[in-house]
Amino acid sequence: MLPVLEEEKARHRIAKRIALEFHDGDVVNLGIGIPTLASDYISENVRIIFQTENGVVGAGPKPEQNDWRFIGAGGRCLTLLPGASLIASDFSFGLIRGGHLDYTVLGALQVDSEANLANWWIPGKLVPGMGGAMDLVTGVKNVIVGTSHTSKKGAAKLVKKCDLPLTGVGVVSMVVTEYCVMRFPEKKMTLSELAPGVSIEDLQEATGAEFAVSESLCQMQGIEE
Amino acid sequence: MAKKIIKPVMSAEQAVKSIEDESTIMVGGFNYGGIPYTLVDAVIDANIKELTLICNDTAYEDVGHGKLIKNGRIKKVIASHVGLNKATQALFNEKKLELELVPQGSLVERIRAGGYGLGGILTPTGVGTAAEEGKRVIEVEGKKYILELPLRADVALIRAYKADRYGNLVYYGTNRNFNPAMATAAGIVIVEVDAILEVGSLDPNRIVTPGILVDILVFKGDSYYASRT
Repeated sequence: MLPVLEEEKARHRIAKRIALEFHDGDVVNLGIGIPTLASDYISENVRIIFQTENGVVGAGPKPEQNDWRFIGAGGRCLTLLPGASLIASDFSFGLIRGGHLDYTVLGALQVDSEANLANWWIPGKLVPGMGGAMDLVTGVKNVIVGTSHTSKKGAAKLVKKCDLPLTGVGVVSMVVTEYCVMRFPEKKMTLSELAPGVSIEDLQEATGAEFAVSESLCQMQGIEE
Repeated sequence: MAKKIIKPVMSAEQAVKSIEDESTIMVGGFNYGGIPYTLVDAVIDANIKELTLICNDTAYEDVGHGKLIKNGRIKKVIASHVGLNKATQALFNEKKLELELVPQGSLVERIRAGGYGLGGILTPTGVGTAAEEGKRVIEVEGKKYILELPLRADVALIRAYKADRYGNLVYYGTNRNFNPAMATAAGIVIVEVDAILEVGSLDPNRIVTPGILVDILVFKGDSYYASRT
């Protein structure tokens, strides 16, 4: 059995681990939810340029007083940091598709053993639309998925083959869950970090796909016991 | 026919008389930002119907062009995201609304292609997903791309910050979004602005949309959403 982790603690563990990936000067687009939380854990000496798909390069935290002429992709007000620029949607997606962003961080419904991602629609439920997600996973250099290891009902999110509609084919570079980090060398799901108290066997049991184990497997970074 | 050099300044009510039933309209905006709220309200008041709506997202059911959908004025929507508007989803499920979902970057490029005289664009976005259904996939130098066809509209409803009487436009904050692209891709371009200045008052270095693309200028109204953006 995997150790039980309270949901809020799990979310912060994932966000904290993701934040460790970023380097000074990286251009990053964060999705809504756990991904946004990652911005709280970026080390002080790492300067990140946050891009929002609706047209900000250099977005800052939420303002003290809302000015609705400055919003982010989730529709909440934001600030511009010194050095920010404002662009139109065609330019914004040119940056995204054109490989000018270093990281995009998104949530997932399913990620499969061949780095495919499904995160935009559960058939049978209301259809929300893919928004900018397909462009982000296609064009951004590194696609990080931050998600709970299983769904709220306990179903595996890391699966052999996605059966939900895909967002992108072979696009995921890294998955961070509360129990592990998976990477995808040569599009093959590979365990690279494991949280304390988790065995490979227990992890395999909660994972819907067989995964390889990296030769440099180590303890999941960013966890303080 | 050439557009007027000095753009007419009209009430929103007068301006939307150029929109006919069953026509295609583009409406600028992303979430709450950059929606021409006053123009959209005038379309609702004028009882214009059977419209095809091209927009990034269908906002919320009681916000901006989201209301057009809730009020049953739209027969087809082309958008990248409709998840925030319950009316879009409900009408689609009841088969009272046709829905074409396009990835956001592809949608704005289709509009740009429509305005820039291109026969379409090739994008890697959506290859191998539902976004490629019904579209041609073309291989160029070993890589697959989806051919996305241009989009144009009869009328574009645009939100800008300031205009001069030639119709030159500057934008503010994140209200820019789809507006400059849409201003290139419609037969008639109607723009809602905070201020209309004398010709020569706007710095040419800062103008984003040249006035030759614009037909009609309208002052923004004082509804809740219009005033806060």
